[in-house]
Amino acid sequence: MLSRKSDFFIAFLVICLMLLLLMTVHAAFSVRHAMPNIQAKARMVRGLHLTDLSLFTDARYTRHPSMADLHTAFQDHPMSFEHFPSGAIVFPPSHIHSYGLDQ
Amino acid sequence: MGWINKQRNILDFALNSLLRRKGKNSALFVVYTGIIFLVSSIIFSSESIKRESQILLENSPEVVVQRTIAGRHDLIPEQYIGQLKSIRGVQEVKGRLWGYYFEPGVQANYTFVVPDEFLYGPGYIVIGNGVSKTFLAGKGDILPFKTLDGSYTSLEVADILSPDSEIVSSDLILLSEYDFRKVTGMQKGFYTDMILKVRNTRELQAITDKIRRILPDTRPITRNEIMRTYEAIFDWRSGILLAVISGAAFAFIIFAWDKATGLSSEEKKEIGILKGIGWETSDVLFMKTWEGLIISLSAFFLGVFFAYIHIYFASAFLFMPVLKGWSVLYPEFRLVPFLDMFQITTIFFLTVAPYTVATIIPSWRAATIDPDSVMRL
Repeated sequence: MLSRKSDFFIAFLVICLMLLLLMTVHAAFSVRHAMPNIQAKARMVRGLHLTDLSLFTDARYTRHPSMADLHTAFQDHPMSFEHFPSGAIVFPPSHIHSYGLDQ
Repeated sequence: MGWINKQRNILDFALNSLLRRKGKNSALFVVYTGIIFLVSSIIFSSESIKRESQILLENSPEVVVQRTIAGRHDLIPEQYIGQLKSIRGVQEVKGRLWGYYFEPGVQANYTFVVPDEFLYGPGYIVIGNGVSKTFLAGKGDILPFKTLDGSYTSLEVADILSPDSEIVSSDLILLSEYDFRKVTGMQKGFYTDMILKVRNTRELQAITDKIRRILPDTRPITRNEIMRTYEAIFDWRSGILLAVISGAAFAFIIFAWDKATGLSSEEKKEIGILKGIGWETSDVLFMKTWEGLIISLSAFFLGVFFAYIHIYFASAFLFMPVLKGWSVLYPEFRLVPFLDMFQITTIFFLTVAPYTVATIIPSWRAATIDPDSVMRL
């Protein structure tokens, strides 16, 4: 049936498109499946009045970036380098910008 | 039918032509797939975590009021509750008790949180799964905590929070107000910060302005700011990862550009012969478009599939060392695939379209010149 190279390529593309479709279906089902768990976590956030995700526990400004004070960026010394690796991948909180300290 | 047959013939020819230059094309294909894999992995993971954090943080307090002294976060006195309650539009004010605890034995930072109502009472704690793993503690175990005066107090683990909630609770230790004040030494009448519930969220701006005015030593942080902070973190983080792979991406762009724009004399001769035996310029262009599409479409599909498996089935194991930092307690969590067509189309137009377009322009140039002069090269 697949006698030519073009047939193989077209079959490959069709399989890929089907897999892409399957991927979106899998994603939709996974989200539906995960929703009760996400909602349980959301209830925990509401019940315990949490403000941050428990992603980086190295330092207080990486554990609770949204609660970091305005001097967090230079908390050790005005010229100090960032001490924790996570500090390099945690963006300064947005309120620091809104206070215009970066200008 | 005739047009379809013609395209199939051209496709056959393009496939054969690619196979004739197997080495160069497979190297290009592998690198191309790798780049699409990395870009898709970054887009998938940052979108997933962004969407989940958005759902979770929509439930965070509407306003948190912090007291700051000399630029540092300080404890807030109980009297402020009355002043905050007097602001029109404020429905409820509560003091929050939370803080950090460093455990030298396991070199980990934990977060103490005092719930509004702690069912188990003094002497007991409820711990996050990360705490349980680092402390090797289970239900019924007794854990020692060093208090402010240097003595130790023992608290019994009453329960462990669900491992599914690690993204918000991994390092949490829930305890009673009495035990919290005993361990941290925080005096009665003081709180870590305060949270506000407002009647109408449209009045938030006016309320925060009023807080700043009547309590100048405080700083209100709104839920919106909390959510914006996380959005910025994840954008920044994916930006950092993109910056890390940009070296590889640029190497690929140079490689692909060279491959796509500069036709080799052999390829030019091939085009000359094709034109000599009766191929039209449009046929040559179709052939080159197919060549570009074969490589870019295959790389796109494989790159996207591998990225999907990497992020959602293999727990993003390639990115984890970058994300974990020095955290001893990095939470174990599975990202949820909040996948939409927008992400797929973004990846498609970022990767497939430029390559395909880049292959057509030089082919068009070669296809429009005289076949005789090309064959003489």
